Amino acid sequence: MLGWMGKFRALFLLGSLALVLSGCGKENLTALVPKGYGAESSMDLIILTTVIMLFVFAVVMVIYVITLIRFRKKKGQEDYIPKQVEGNQTLETVWTVIPILLLIIIAVPTVLATFDLADETDAKDSININVTGNQYWWHFDYAGEEIQTSQDLYIPVGEKVYLNMLSSDVIHSLWVPSLSGKMDVNPENENTMYIEAYEEGVYWGKCAEFCGPSHSLMDFKIVVVSPEEYETWIADMQNVDPEQEPQDTVALEGQALFEENNCMACHAIGSSPVATGPNLTNFGDRSRLAGIKELTKDNLVDWLQDPETIKPGNKMTGKYPALSDEDADAIAEYLLQLQPSDITPESAGN
Amino acid sequence: MSNAATQNKGFAAVLWDYLTTVDHKKIGKLYLYAGGLFFLLGGLEAMIIRIQLIKPENNFISAGLYNEMITMHGTTMIFLAAMPLLLGLMNAIMPLQIGARDVAFPFLNSLGFWMFLFGGIMLNVSWFTGGAPDSGWTAYAPLSTQSPGHGVDYYVMGLQLSGAGTLMGGINFLVTIVNMRAPGMTYMRMPLFTWTTFVVSILILFAFPALTVGLFLLMFDRMFGAAFFDVALGGNSIIWQHLFWIFGHPEVYILILPAFGLFSDIFSTFSKKRLFGYTAMVFATILIAFLGFMVWAHHMFTVGMGPVANSIFAIATMAIAVPTGIKIFNWLLTLWGGSITINSAMLWSLGFIPSFTLGGMTGVMVAAAVADYQYHDTYFVVAHFHYVIVGGVVFGILAGLHYWWPKIFGRILHEGMGKLTFWTFFIGFHLTFFIQHFLGLMGMPRRYWVFLEDQGLDTGNLISTIGAFFMAFGVIVFLINAIYTAVKGEKAPADPWDGRTLEWAISSPPPHYNFKQLPLVRGLDPLWIEKMEGKGKMTPAEPLGDIHMPNGSIIPFVMSLGFFIASFGFIYQTNYDIAYIFLFGGMAIGLGSMLVRSLKDDHGYHITKEELEREAD
Ligand code: HEC
Ligand SMILES: [Cu+2]
Repeated sequence: MLGWMGKFRALFLLGSLALVLSGCGKENLTALVPKGYGAESSMDLIILTTVIMLFVFAVVMVIYVITLIRFRKKKGQEDYIPKQVEGNQTLETVWTVIPILLLIIIAVPTVLATFDLADETDAKDSININVTGNQYWWHFDYAGEEIQTSQDLYIPVGEKVYLNMLSSDVIHSLWVPSLSGKMDVNPENENTMYIEAYEEGVYWGKCAEFCGPSHSLMDFKIVVVSPEEYETWIADMQNVDPEQEPQDTVALEGQALFEENNCMACHAIGSSPVATGPNLTNFGDRSRLAGIKELTKDNLVDWLQDPETIKPGNKMTGKYPALSDEDADAIAEYLLQLQPSDITPESAGN
Repeated sequence: MSNAATQNKGFAAVLWDYLTTVDHKKIGKLYLYAGGLFFLLGGLEAMIIRIQLIKPENNFISAGLYNEMITMHGTTMIFLAAMPLLLGLMNAIMPLQIGARDVAFPFLNSLGFWMFLFGGIMLNVSWFTGGAPDSGWTAYAPLSTQSPGHGVDYYVMGLQLSGAGTLMGGINFLVTIVNMRAPGMTYMRMPLFTWTTFVVSILILFAFPALTVGLFLLMFDRMFGAAFFDVALGGNSIIWQHLFWIFGHPEVYILILPAFGLFSDIFSTFSKKRLFGYTAMVFATILIAFLGFMVWAHHMFTVGMGPVANSIFAIATMAIAVPTGIKIFNWLLTLWGGSITINSAMLWSLGFIPSFTLGGMTGVMVAAAVADYQYHDTYFVVAHFHYVIVGGVVFGILAGLHYWWPKIFGRILHEGMGKLTFWTFFIGFHLTFFIQHFLGLMGMPRRYWVFLEDQGLDTGNLISTIGAFFMAFGVIVFLINAIYTAVKGEKAPADPWDGRTLEWAISSPPPHYNFKQLPLVRGLDPLWIEKMEGKGKMTPAEPLGDIHMPNGSIIPFVMSLGFFIASFGFIYQTNYDIAYIFLFGGMAIGLGSMLVRSLKDDHGYHITKEELEREAD
């Protein structure tokens, strides 16, 4: 049985733990709790440089404080003229050489890590995913698997997954802080980076290169699942029959409306090269609507009727006929039923 | 031309005087006034940004307007506030420090100012003509080439104008320091502020052309259908980043080095000691400037340049920490063993040491390429460069203003208000920016209009915004102080701080010809030497004689106005043919002014020996 003191201590520990955790930010978003190979390499360097730099800072501050305490002009010293010192060879050498040594301690691991992360010799034998950055959403094409998705990128835990990234418009930058540092997504040359996650879970990804009004709303997720679940998911996605009709009448009507309202010009259901809008094959399984909003029917209806307020400057606004409440409702019903797999962000722990 | 005549002038006469002046002291003041106004504007934009980010998913301003705010905040603060405020101090003080009567090219000096001012106005006109530039102060292509409306066009033309002005200023200072030093003022006797002005002028000379080229390419792409940055047509958007940072990184040193220079002067004055390791300080400055050109691609670690380039630029960047460290320790050792007076100017300088050291520390941290994959484009970097630019440059400008205010304006700023400004601004500054290091690592990229709920970013952002209000308060107190001082401030003697360098050897404010007789310089800290040897004033290096002075001229103003008008023509010729009238009309005015200037002989005038004798010392 816990005594009064014991309870207090447990509470205190719990409280400080929460504080520490919140101090590091949200788990699976913050770079301060690395859960992937890239993020860990960066973190090692971050810690090393911070420690060395704090040491330098401490030295500076000690001299600074002592100087200010000792040499402030005191009463009765108004006419005191200090000795005019020109310099001191030894001292000056010391504070040139020591920083150089400290910098070498930082530079060597930096260079090693830079080359290590750029080593892509095993790319051919790994999972490759072609990533396209668009204002303001991400397109993921599983090379050779005939699977395209958006917003949620499914990868297996503990495996290197190569992302071959190109932009369709302006420069973006793909960043999943907890798993890996960022890499720019340029319109001209394909950039490759790999992600290797240590733990299953759903990780937040962000666009880090300023790309327009909705730059801050270009979030996506990386859904890390076990290798078996990954295989299942791939199979489920490949087995989707895009023509399949929903059971209930509202959704059936929604499917017809989806075809009538020009949605298909940009959105594909099932594997397709169309990529002017997110592929909606597994839309009902999404972790978020448009990467940011909770996936509810209300939010979806709002999106369909007025995407502009949710994502200013997005490329869907105004490209399809205005939708009445019933129509939007029916389409929403249909889209939310697109749930081809049991492997979802939810099952992965979202 | 005597003092009495200049005193009772009407407003129109004063205005005309300033429009036509070629006097480096007045041009310095113009830079300070204009830079000050733009600083307030940039500050206002910063406050709007911080209010928008006070809570998650805030809707204080729209996404589009937010992007205009961040773009204009950055552009304004760098090009229209920090640069001109420093140029103002350099103009007002550097010629005095080398014992010169004016700069080498007074006409060019005035032209440089008016080009800068019209460029600044140009940029800000965009607010009223359909929207300010919105592609960030770095204007990365293709976002900038695709940005709709004319905002980015204003960015291009505004920066082109003010950039040309800065380039002129740089050339002018360079020639001035090479040619116009007083007898005995060898290079190794120049005060550090003059040294840094010299080095910075070289940086301007080499760095600004890269910006000019980049802006021209952007201009051709946006206004004349070229495709330098258009990937679909075979262009390359990464080129812009290189051009921008080949300019942009030296620009950081263009801003910080003058601050380093004036801190050196201030530390030495208020600890009553000669600058420790003067030679090392000079060579550290030169080394920083040199390395400053070798590191631009550290802004591009995530572009995909490959491990070789990333490693080279990482190491080159780290190397800069060495000369910078040398400077910090030399300042500390200047203070060590001194007799330290702490007043407002000194407070800013002392506040600078820990603040800037933190900025330098994070500088080394972001130089480690792989670590930068996490920092890059996040609030960590925002925190880093604000520690450098506010903690270094802005603190420097404020230190310089408190220090030289008596020399420039003839009155001493109020100490109490000065201290209040410092403490509120200093605390506010650390509140605002320290926490941003963590925000960045916790997953907040920069240039985010909103951050989402429940991402652990709320508290940090709130603290940051509170800090910004402290800073704003400090700035307001400073403004009140400036106005109060102008009206009721204590009149300044020639040498209020027991100074060491030549500017303190003449009255505050100095007469328009500065030195009646050029001084003879006998070593580093020339005035101090004379004081120590009991004379207390400079020995003249020449007999009293006529002084040759340049005439004022309205041509620089008219010329800049011409290019200003032409810029509108360039922007709007894409929509309306009538804009060609502005384009050609403006160019005609600008080029016509050049012609007039070239053909008309202007030999200036002389202040005669008799007039000088009549004026009291
Ligand atoms: C011009 C092309 C275009 C048309 C037509 C279009 N969309 Fe979109 N749609 C987009 C784009 C682009 C996005 C991504 C917006 C963003 O996140 O920036 C999008 C996003 C969506 C999303 C959110 C996707 C997700 O992964 O969260 C849904 C749902 C959607 N559209 C449904 C529709 C429907 C229904 C229609 C027809 C009524 C339609 N769209 C018509 C381009 C289009
Ligand atoms: Cu983006």
